[in-house]
Amino acid sequence: MAESRTATEVTANDPAGGGAVRRAGSGRRIAYARLRDLALIPAIIVIAIVGQLVSPVFLRGDNLINVLQTMSEIAILVLAQTLVLIVKKMDLSLESTVGLAPGVAAWLTVPVGTGHGLGLLPGGWSVPIALAVGVLVGVVNALFIIRFGLNGFIVTLGMLIVLRGILTGISGGQTFFRLPASMLYLGTEQWLGMPASVWLCLLLFAVGIVVLGFTSFGRSLYAIGGNVDAAKAAGIRTDRVLWIVIVTASVLAALSGLLLSGRLASVASAQGNGYIFTVFAAAVIGGISLNGGKGTMFGAFTGILLLFMIQNVLTLAGVPAQWIGALNGAIILIALALSRVTGGKVQD
Amino acid sequence: MVVGPPVAEATGVTKRFGSTVALREAAISIGQGQTHALVGRNGAGKSTLVSILTGLQAPDEGAVSFGGEPAPRLADRDAWRQRVACVYQKSTIIPELTVAENLFLNRHEHGRNGLISWRTVRRKARELLDTWSVDVDVRVPAGELDVEQRQFVEIARALSFGARFIILDEPTAQLDGAAISRLFTRIKDLQQQGVTLLFISHHLQEIYEICDTVTVFRDARHILTSPVGELPRAELVAAMTGEAAAEAGGARRGPPAEAANVLELTGASLRGAYDDVSFRVRAGEIVGLAGAASSGRIEIAETVVGLRAATDGTVEVAGPQLRPGSVPAALKAGVGFVPQDRHQQGYVAQMSIADNGTLTIPDQLGRAGFIDGRRRDEFARSMIGKLAIKTPGPELPVSGLSGGNQQKVVMARALANDPKVLVLINPTAGIDVRSKEFLLGKVEEIAESGAGVLIASDELDDLRLCDRVLVVFQGRVVAEIPRGWHDHQLVASMEGVDLDG
Repeated sequence: MAESRTATEVTANDPAGGGAVRRAGSGRRIAYARLRDLALIPAIIVIAIVGQLVSPVFLRGDNLINVLQTMSEIAILVLAQTLVLIVKKMDLSLESTVGLAPGVAAWLTVPVGTGHGLGLLPGGWSVPIALAVGVLVGVVNALFIIRFGLNGFIVTLGMLIVLRGILTGISGGQTFFRLPASMLYLGTEQWLGMPASVWLCLLLFAVGIVVLGFTSFGRSLYAIGGNVDAAKAAGIRTDRVLWIVIVTASVLAALSGLLLSGRLASVASAQGNGYIFTVFAAAVIGGISLNGGKGTMFGAFTGILLLFMIQNVLTLAGVPAQWIGALNGAIILIALALSRVTGGKVQD
Repeated sequence: MVVGPPVAEATGVTKRFGSTVALREAAISIGQGQTHALVGRNGAGKSTLVSILTGLQAPDEGAVSFGGEPAPRLADRDAWRQRVACVYQKSTIIPELTVAENLFLNRHEHGRNGLISWRTVRRKARELLDTWSVDVDVRVPAGELDVEQRQFVEIARALSFGARFIILDEPTAQLDGAAISRLFTRIKDLQQQGVTLLFISHHLQEIYEICDTVTVFRDARHILTSPVGELPRAELVAAMTGEAAAEAGGARRGPPAEAANVLELTGASLRGAYDDVSFRVRAGEIVGLAGAASSGRIEIAETVVGLRAATDGTVEVAGPQLRPGSVPAALKAGVGFVPQDRHQQGYVAQMSIADNGTLTIPDQLGRAGFIDGRRRDEFARSMIGKLAIKTPGPELPVSGLSGGNQQKVVMARALANDPKVLVLINPTAGIDVRSKEFLLGKVEEIAESGAGVLIASDELDDLRLCDRVLVVFQGRVVAEIPRGWHDHQLVASMEGVDLDG
């Protein structure tokens, strides 16, 4: 019975009707999926045009470099968070690491007598110390999340509060000034007519795009975020990848903190406070799923770029500074709604 | 027939999880080229045996060998994958990644510059799928494949590691009739190419259709191994359940002639799903809604319970017309519902049996929105008794139950509001023979007590107890078949084939 049934069905059901329709539909969807990566480009172009209409300063080279420089530190945080989100984790503590890493470096190297500096180590140590603090924070996060299997959201929320508290403690709630020269270098130096921080940010994103798109390690991030059991079954050492991602994210946050401190020539005890919301917003607008396994580095970059371009246009348009906050929030919501329309799927 | 050492062999395997013994000195031997069925009720130890045979877990005692040689170390995944491939019940596809990437996960083709060459990955993926004639676009995200395509992709991937022994863990559980027969065609192709298969299924007729040898496990032990042809169905069921079981099919009286209509659909249509569907169900009657998964039968059933709203026509439950697309209205009118996928719509896994069973009737459990825990548990206890749910108590989370018992909880929820109309979609999918018989027996009892029952299913055993079966094909009711049909008659009708023509 089955033999004959099978024969009629295969010819009747498969190549005709349903199958063919589905195939045609999927072709369109592939094109769509590729476009998703570029979804924000039209929005960026529109903002550029609007910006130029609002103020002829907007498209001038120095203004664009200004936009890139002000966003470079937070863009590096977006990059870090993107890695973490793709493996289906979250790291809220990044924003505190932005303050704590350069804060500890300043604490140990700034001479006694200026604020709370201890002057224990020569200034040259500041950069390695800041990065080491990043590694340490990442290791603690990873220990809690991976080794002890605790929820990443709550662990890093706790870390956010603890790290912020440590910075307030060592600085006495004050700002560190008179930072050593090595700490100022990355935030102030110009390479080939562009700030070093802009170069660094663009370079990191370029590396991120290549690693996530074209290396086995990068693809394993997507596999883990998409279906961790399947990743294990495919022979991916999931815990090791997660360790690397979480620690890398913290080190990137420390680097971001160094750039910020260098540019401002100080470490305020509130440095980085509240950044994480913008970081999440930029990542999600850029197409990174909070449910893991989805999104690209390029998308994340367009997300943060769009947010900062809009802010710049608002400033140029003379919107009072008191209203920027409210507008920022509204922009994030509008951008999310737009990406829902272009993405076509319910965001999770 | 079998020459040389068995392709895979497990001897004296014992595996404990805490205090429970999952396998007790179990053994299985799968010969070269066999299509070997492994059957047993839920909890018989099949899954544990599969994870031991695929190297995901080590046995506490006993040994596994492949082709006469001892199994590789657990850590050596590649060595295992060259010996045995498995298509698990739970998908190991990553939905966000493309088909091509899923096929070559963690073994991407690298270009000369050390980076992944996507062009080569796609080409090799296409070659691989062509080899096994799987017609799927390798560029689409794997999440967009349907269950059948996904399975074929997983089978192709499993074979691409070089293994010539595949374990298929309940591959037919989520497929409709047409897809199952396409899967079987493929399995027969594999058989001809000398691939050895271990086939796990709850559906005994499938085993008689494509397997040559059958092994029965019960209560963590090996019970028997026999050529399929020498083991009559009744004996197989007896071996699985440990007692002689009568073949189902006792005569039902059917509804009395004067019984009133409890459900009436008139000219109901939903664009893209079904068109101009009219039928009625009388009190005490069991009506089947047969058809392939995509025929529209599921949508019709979901319209009755208010999950969907028909664009045209009316749905009346025991008299007045229902507000379309409203589940609360349907519940109030007296509709009980066992949904298509219990994991998704049937229960909240972390919530207790009591909470799940009473999810539809909070107003009966207390006043002003408060829930009286004692009344709830009392209610749950009576349900546990009535449906013979195996549990230490009503407070156990549903996730801790076996599949059959989970489905009983879903049934309890459906019966909680004392329905006048009971709607069931695939009520016995993925549950063992005994639970299945029990649940279907319950359905008959409910009909006898005066409720109308609508069963939307493509499972012949579910449809066998119906007084009449309406066959849905491409969104229309094409035939009404009274009780006493032959399997091939109904199947042909469901597939849209006219046997008489």
